[in-house]
Amino acid sequence: MFPYIPNTDEDVARMLEALGLDSVEALFSDVPEAVKLNRRLDLCAPLSETEVTKQIKALADQNVSTDSLVCFLGAGAYDHAVPSVIKHLIGRSEFNTAYTPYQPEISQGTLQAIFEYQTMIANLTGMDVANASMYDGASATAEAAMLAAANQKGDTVLIASTVHPETIAVVETYMRFKGIKVVQIGAKDGVMDRDALTAKLNADVVGVVVQQPNFYGIVEDYSGVAEAVHEAKALFIMNVDPIGAALLKTPGEYGADLAVGEGQPLGNGLNYGGPYLGFMASTKKQMRKLPGRIVGQTVDLDGKRAFTLTLQAREQHIRREKATSNICSNQALNALTATIFMSVTGREGLYQMAAETARRAYYGYEKLLATGHFKPAYAQPFFREFALEVNGGADVDSINAHLFENGILGGLNISDDNAQRILFCITEKRTVEEIDRLVEVLEAYPW
Amino acid sequence: MVNYDQLIFEISKPGRSAYRVAKADVCDKPIESIIPAGLLRETSLELPEVSEPQLVRHYTLLSQKNFGVDTGFYPLGSCTMKYNPKLNEDMAGFSGFAALHPQQKTQQTQGALELMYDLSAMLSEIGGMDAFTLQPAAGAHGELTGLMIMKAYHESRGDQKRTKIIVPDSAHGTNPASANVAGFDIVEIKSTRMGEIDLESLKAALGDDIAGLMLTNPNTLGLFDRNIVEIARLVHEAGGLLYYDGANLNAILGQTRPGDMGFDVVHYNLHKTFSTPHGGGGPGSGPVGVKAFLEPFLPTPVVIKSESSYDLSYDRPLSIGKVKSFYGNFGILVRAYTFILSMGAEGLKRASEMAVLNASYIQEKLKDHYQVFANTKCKHEFVLAGLKGELTQCSTLDVAKRLLDYGYHPPTIYFPLIVPNAIMIEPTESESLETLDDFIDIMIKISEEADTNPEALKQAPTTTPIRRVDEIRAARTPILKWEPTPATSEEA
Repeated sequence: MFPYIPNTDEDVARMLEALGLDSVEALFSDVPEAVKLNRRLDLCAPLSETEVTKQIKALADQNVSTDSLVCFLGAGAYDHAVPSVIKHLIGRSEFNTAYTPYQPEISQGTLQAIFEYQTMIANLTGMDVANASMYDGASATAEAAMLAAANQKGDTVLIASTVHPETIAVVETYMRFKGIKVVQIGAKDGVMDRDALTAKLNADVVGVVVQQPNFYGIVEDYSGVAEAVHEAKALFIMNVDPIGAALLKTPGEYGADLAVGEGQPLGNGLNYGGPYLGFMASTKKQMRKLPGRIVGQTVDLDGKRAFTLTLQAREQHIRREKATSNICSNQALNALTATIFMSVTGREGLYQMAAETARRAYYGYEKLLATGHFKPAYAQPFFREFALEVNGGADVDSINAHLFENGILGGLNISDDNAQRILFCITEKRTVEEIDRLVEVLEAYPW
Repeated sequence: MVNYDQLIFEISKPGRSAYRVAKADVCDKPIESIIPAGLLRETSLELPEVSEPQLVRHYTLLSQKNFGVDTGFYPLGSCTMKYNPKLNEDMAGFSGFAALHPQQKTQQTQGALELMYDLSAMLSEIGGMDAFTLQPAAGAHGELTGLMIMKAYHESRGDQKRTKIIVPDSAHGTNPASANVAGFDIVEIKSTRMGEIDLESLKAALGDDIAGLMLTNPNTLGLFDRNIVEIARLVHEAGGLLYYDGANLNAILGQTRPGDMGFDVVHYNLHKTFSTPHGGGGPGSGPVGVKAFLEPFLPTPVVIKSESSYDLSYDRPLSIGKVKSFYGNFGILVRAYTFILSMGAEGLKRASEMAVLNASYIQEKLKDHYQVFANTKCKHEFVLAGLKGELTQCSTLDVAKRLLDYGYHPPTIYFPLIVPNAIMIEPTESESLETLDDFIDIMIKISEEADTNPEALKQAPTTTPIRRVDEIRAARTPILKWEPTPATSEEA
């Protein structure tokens, strides 16, 4: 008896009889003997719900999560608030157990939610249109670079070295197999070196990728970049943080052709790296080149407003090898999460969350500097994250171990041969007491 | 029930909010003194302004316009819409997983790494493979990863000529698309009438420019390719590799394994075979398994086990690199792991047996009522070639839409491309005989209606929240986001 399989022995017998077969094994008589397994799979025996729960709970309990630590770690995944309504709504199985909305008549829930999502992402990034989501921020960035490579003349993608290393790595993988070169634009004082950009921009460049705020949390000034990139007939691709976008000059305002980013901070839990979602938005000009699913508004036979997957001529199931991308499944439920999150916070809430994040991060930054044990790695404006250099060369791993013993999850170790550096992250969830305690515990470190 | 048709933006009103941000009593400096004004957003942020009760009702009413596995029978061929156990959700929700930060030191994430390590071993055993990466986020992402591994392998041997991938014309659309994204040229070969590989076409296509063959077995007609051993021999003899598209893995669990059939690279869809929910289009997970000789090419990092602990290994010079940030859709991995423990070896085998039995039973009962394409033993799914009778006024699309009126999700239609008017039915193991019998009755009734009352099919559906949509209008004049109109913005 298996709880997820309804057929009884009697049912099976009835069905076999209808098929004129005498055994279940006979259903597999078309599998050549040479490749038959003819043994039991070497896996556990079926377990009860209680047994499964105990076994998996034991694994979960071996982890020390941010549930029991005060988190000052970011670097690509952020501990922002996740409003309670989210789990209740995305847990509704009409959303959760549906497939891709190929049948619009019985998928208006998913389709309308995606339409709302596209609207919110377009508004957030200041772009004209958005697609229905990508796997994550890194692969969305790679897909944007692919779009540029497929449609612009040339064979080189420029990417700022201040972009998240994981994003650079994923872009490099995608480009390598497509025969496109990836050239990094060096940094000066923690931001993209504009002279290096100018020197590297030439007719071979198809796209330029930057990040806002950058990997070090720095808010870069990208004024004039779009103009220079467009002069070179390349596309300007901005990877932006969606919380920061509520506060900071948007890709649209900077004149970007494509805006991409990691949507995790929009209500998605940390989940050890996934599932998250990538978002992608573009100007109207690039609309028909976008990868992935897109939902459009139309009417039904009675003239009633309706939503449906559209512009499918771009997609793999129609265009096969000529498709703009191979993406099929995306991260729809995470996009729904983001949609509900942005509806919960709304215009004012998202702005306040971003502003409060910036204020608290700034407060922590000043307090940490006041200890005398750190100096700023870069003297630049920042949002949510900031890199500090350790005075006197104490080891960041050892500092983080000390924090961990005191229930604090420290920042990412971004040291190199020249200096010990730590990347702290402070979101709106960190209270003044927690930040003060971080400072206190650091003071107690045997410097 | 209320016939609800508003967008969240249309119930928005300035001054409402569903969220309160705590204000810390620190640093009340204006934002401009922290971040220079020139770097700040100028345009206003257009997001809805609604209260929590409105918002909850809005998305609850939206959900009710959806059809899911929990709502009814979903025989969508090639998509394996099986039941999604609720226990899976609870296990993924443990805070030890859900609140774990991907940048934490591995000493703090031992349980997560052990789960990933164990899951890789289980997936290897199920498929007869030697190693797995859990990084790909979906099936197509797995295909891309597997193809990159194949390319890197050939290149590592100095074999630069192998720039082409063979894809049968019956393949899923993602196969050629993934091969293109991985930088290959595609050689399409004809399938036999049964959707099997035509050995002569294969032989003609093989050569020293072929990197490999992508194959689904059972194929997209739901038929097991009996020549698989010969196909593997031919491809390998020509220096190519064999790629297994695991979309149809649910047919063969515990019966036969891609690794034993001769496949070198496979991907699974955890959101199909291993019961994780489709979520309205994702998130999925598409782990890729390889034979030992390809292990050095797996994406980084790889979960490794030493005597006393688990770790992430990045030091892999032949690796293709990263295809996704961090380690994959971890939350989906927990769900699939839960499913495997719940089912055990016996349950997985039983699942495939019942999936095949259910499909075979429906095929048998419908064969006299619809056009049969391949009158032979099917596996977990089968394909009909539309309605009978040359003179029928109704199309396969009409049949699909009529099913909506009777409360069923339609099968996959017009795929595979080699079957005219295709209706592809995959019941999975999680449906009862009663459900199958009811579905069969309705399918027969629809085939009769096509003759006696074709308008019923052509007008269908009439019982759904909306009727058929104008797809052409959607594509010609794309409206891809909501814009305030004078009529809706003067509400305040």
